[in-house]
Amino acid sequence: MKRIVELTINGEPRDMTVDSCRSLLDALRDDVGLTGTKKGCDVGDCGACTVIVDGEPVNACLMLAVEAEGRTVETIEGLQPGVDTLHPLQDAFMRHGASQCGFCTPGILMMAKKLLDDNPRPSDEDIRFGLSGNICRCTGYTKIFDAIKAAAIEMEAARS
Amino acid sequence: MRRFEYHRADTLEQASRLLVDLGDDTFLFNGGTDLLVEIRERLRRVRNVVDIKQIRGLSDITYDETRGLTFGALVTVGRLENLPLVRQRYPNLRAAFASLGSIQVRNRATVVGNVCRASPSADTIPPLIADGAFIHIYSRTNMRVVPLAEFFTGPGKTVLAKGEIVTGITVPPAGDNAGKAYLKHGRRKAMELSTVGVAVSLTMEDGLCNDIRIALGAVGATVLRAPEAEAMLRGTSLDAAIVKNAADKAMEECTPISNVRASAEYRRDMVGVLTGRAIKQALEAFA
Ligand SMILES: Cc1cc2nc3c(=O)[nH]c(=O)nc-3n(C[C@@H](O)[C@@H](O)[C@H](O)COP(=O)(O)OP(=O)(O)OC[C@H]3O[C@@H](n4cnc5c(N)ncnc54)[C@H](O)[C@@H]3O)c2cc1C
Ligand code: FES
Ligand code: FES
Repeated sequence: MKRIVELTINGEPRDMTVDSCRSLLDALRDDVGLTGTKKGCDVGDCGACTVIVDGEPVNACLMLAVEAEGRTVETIEGLQPGVDTLHPLQDAFMRHGASQCGFCTPGILMMAKKLLDDNPRPSDEDIRFGLSGNICRCTGYTKIFDAIKAAAIEMEAARS
Repeated sequence: MRRFEYHRADTLEQASRLLVDLGDDTFLFNGGTDLLVEIRERLRRVRNVVDIKQIRGLSDITYDETRGLTFGALVTVGRLENLPLVRQRYPNLRAAFASLGSIQVRNRATVVGNVCRASPSADTIPPLIADGAFIHIYSRTNMRVVPLAEFFTGPGKTVLAKGEIVTGITVPPAGDNAGKAYLKHGRRKAMELSTVGVAVSLTMEDGLCNDIRIALGAVGATVLRAPEAEAMLRGTSLDAAIVKNAADKAMEECTPISNVRASAEYRRDMVGVLTGRAIKQALEAFA
């Protein structure tokens, strides 16, 4: 059965007409056209599909689109503050070469954004714990870790 | 994904009716972290899901010194993991919650769903059993409360009858004389199912062990208690030699199988090692 789901995506009210067994991930990619969110495994293991729903990061592959009714969803497409400006995390990822094939990057950036929003001065352990649900198969985690650390310091400096 | 119909229930009664009326292959849909994976990997035939997340009154967490900690069926693992009370009074539960899947999974997965899935390797079950938790069950004719240790009848199987719904779990209060631990053993730290999980909850009085419960995960058809090992420890000072003997007894009491994650022999050895370590860790509360 098809249902109309009304929700807010990256600050804009949207509606999508979806099959009731469709995942939020498939709906975002195929029905809304936001293909930045990636599908790595479709069963919760890789974190490539991480989006933020009502302030909490979740695997979009493990949520039904119909469950997003009335909720606020943030995806990688909403991370950039303006057309010509990058989020400090995106900037740091580029400078540190923290993205190789890029498949894991949107999920990791959303997870890192949430981490720094909640905890502007994370310890090394906080960063590792925060990323434990995101798998990268090519860059290796060192550059990703370094980029998040650098972004945290820059964001902190910009605030003060 | 295999096709299924999605239904939303607003009350327990409505959910219970849907479970009965929609017939076989109808399942309650809570966080969906087991259900959606099982549908996608074709491990379970599902024709209808009944979403219970709109039902009021199932999201509460309460604590009082006489009844203990009670949480509703919709309470996520992540919410409990971050509760100061859980960190302070139930380090065993906190260890189990923080080790389940990832932050993303824990934001959706519920403890009640983890329990109802009744996997022998589920991380929340051993510490809940060791703590003597109770499970609250709704049916249209009556409510019943069952000790969690009596809830499971086999892998994936529980005492729930058709149309019954779990509304919450109560964990007895954690007194000042209580020590608790849960140790999860896997091949890596994060995103790993348990190869073996050992929970110990004990109380001490005047340097002697008043009571102790040991619960063993992933080494039997359900999470197991180790009653003979427990009997050897009650009334003793839990010194190293006694703990060693009891840990050996726990190895005899478990019934592991070999699978992709580990052999039966290895699991049995780890029960011995982890039982000793978990008792030691539980005793650190008194150090
Ligand atoms: C990537 C990943 C990693 C994981 N890692 C771990 C791990 O390390 N350790 C671990 O223990 N688990 C792990 N899990 C499984 C864990 O997420 C689930 O067991 C979860 O806790 C189930 O809760 P849920 O709310 O998602 O349940 P659902 O999937 O909604 O339901 C699970 C089952 O319980 C039934 N059910 C749900 N609520 C009720 C109710 N109120 N009354 C009666 N029946 C009910 C459902 O019908 C279904 O059969 C992992 C899962 C994923 C996807
Ligand atoms: S695609 Fe969702 S976790 Fe891998
Ligand atoms: S950059 Fe390729 S998976 Fe991470």
